[in-house]
Amino acid sequence: MSLEDLKNIPYGKTAIELKNIFLAFGGVKALTDVSFEVKKGEVFAIIGPNGAGKSSMLNVINGFYKPTSGTINFAGTDRGEMEPEFAAKSGIARTFQNIALFKGMSTLDNLMTGRLLKQKQNFLMQALYFGPAEKEEEEHREKVERVIDFLDLQSIRRTPVGSLPYGLQKRVELGRALAMEPEILLLDEPMAGMNVEEKQDMSRFVLTVNNELKTTIVLIEHDMGVVMDISDRIVVLDYGKKIGSGLPNEIRSNKAVIDAYLGVADDE
Amino acid sequence: MLYKETGQYKSTYKSDHAIFPLIQDKIAFSTLMFIAFLIIPFVINSYWEKAILVPFLIFSLAAIGLNILTGYCGQVSLGTGGFMAVGAFSTYKIMTYFPDLNIMIIVLISGLITAAVGILFGLPSLRIKGFYLAVATLASQFFLVWLFNKVPWFYNYSDTGQITVSERLMFGIPVTGATAPPYATYLFCLILVVLLGFAAKNLIRSKMGRSWMAIRDMDIAAEIIGVPPLKTKLSAFAISSFYIGVAGALYFAVFLGAIEVTESFDIMTISFPVLFMIIIGGLGSMLGSFLGAAFIVTLPIGLKFIMVDLVGLSAVTAKHFEITIWGLLMIIFLIVEPHGLARLWSIAKEKLRRWPFPY
Repeated sequence: MSLEDLKNIPYGKTAIELKNIFLAFGGVKALTDVSFEVKKGEVFAIIGPNGAGKSSMLNVINGFYKPTSGTINFAGTDRGEMEPEFAAKSGIARTFQNIALFKGMSTLDNLMTGRLLKQKQNFLMQALYFGPAEKEEEEHREKVERVIDFLDLQSIRRTPVGSLPYGLQKRVELGRALAMEPEILLLDEPMAGMNVEEKQDMSRFVLTVNNELKTTIVLIEHDMGVVMDISDRIVVLDYGKKIGSGLPNEIRSNKAVIDAYLGVADDE
Repeated sequence: MLYKETGQYKSTYKSDHAIFPLIQDKIAFSTLMFIAFLIIPFVINSYWEKAILVPFLIFSLAAIGLNILTGYCGQVSLGTGGFMAVGAFSTYKIMTYFPDLNIMIIVLISGLITAAVGILFGLPSLRIKGFYLAVATLASQFFLVWLFNKVPWFYNYSDTGQITVSERLMFGIPVTGATAPPYATYLFCLILVVLLGFAAKNLIRSKMGRSWMAIRDMDIAAEIIGVPPLKTKLSAFAISSFYIGVAGALYFAVFLGAIEVTESFDIMTISFPVLFMIIIGGLGSMLGSFLGAAFIVTLPIGLKFIMVDLVGLSAVTAKHFEITIWGLLMIIFLIVEPHGLARLWSIAKEKLRRWPFPY
């Protein structure tokens, strides 16, 4: 499977399908029999209380965790064991709950790492740095500059990301994922720890990416207001099990979901 | 004032991504190259060659090599001495088997052989990190030195275990052996350092350098964006070892002429000093590799000049003091400026930008 496969799926058809995923670390069952599908071009949210297995789910999708059993299907092809590199090559990018930027590098270099898979020149050409190698660098720089413009990162282009404030780091991390020009973008709590303005900015970025670039977005988020506003469909996990799925309105009134979040009233 | 970047606009990505983006840096570098290529060769004497310039150039190469591995890719290595020995003995063996081969080619092939050995000893880096990797590379240091000492084939079964270089010409002028004139050995090293220095800088500012730094800063995230950890780490080991191997070849063939492996490539004479060079110079900085090498090469000479010639201590006492001062400087550096001389230089540039009108 290649990037083309995910690209060629018509919008609204299934891009990723997860069937009966089980994931256990020793005796701890992180995911139990979870199945859902993500359609091309939608904003898909995974929600649930702490420890529900949301991040594990993303890790399974991009190959960082290998599920104990169950199948992952990208664009109609079953994926068995796969490495994260493979997921990256198939057009899946992600951000992390705890920022995972390259702290010693500048914003620009961090974004340029998003282009690594697309740079083809061998190391001898890179060492000589002339002709095709130089041209390639400039082409990718141009792509990265577009992301910088889009996310308003111009002023911090040369700043080492380790010294940036938290909200900006989150934005740079989104930028690095966008620089990969992914078909599917996995966002792990992109708005955690942000204030209202930053959340609004981030929501705007996510929606623009979804609308203009037609990127499919899989989102984990705790802010229910944001989730209900921007997502097309939602799946709810609790203790590693799927307890509900559907449109935002259906989830809002789902009894099991309300119980998971607010606790069950004692009927006795 | 002196170091003003105002008004220097970049209108292409090419000029923005240049090695020396500012005109002041370009002028400084061209001046330096002019002096290095067109003035020093005419005034160099044997003392400057043997004591300062040639060791500085050779250790700069070794420092660049180690900086690629440790500073840019984050893999600590204490095996520099062992890898330099590989370069030296490869040169010696190639010289024996191919008497007519050009010395430049011999040196580069020795680098390639060292790169292969480096890949081999880099394999554990996939599983272990930090101190544990340092210990694994330390093992390579002791193993390689032991190997060259134990297997007589490496030193052509000579009785002393020494290897000695024979005379080799470049354009009719000897660059190795006892008869080589100072300007020839100096220029030979200088050309290699300039060429390989630019190659290293180019690697660092393109795809490969960014992959290394990604692995250094956060290997998990690097893997997720599609940087293969094993391949990237091994490429750092290979290229780093290539530089260190070339440095070892020059150290033997051009600088010392005759070596005995346990003495010349000991951990205390090579591995630690080169590590100090990149720490004092600046981890992850090309400029730092050169500054560190210059510092470590000239420090003993400077100290000896002050203590013996100015103060009048005996040479032996001065030697003891030298070691103490060395250790002291190391500690002071690590506490006061852990980012090394390169950071001090960038702070100085920042100051020069505003001087003499700070606001």
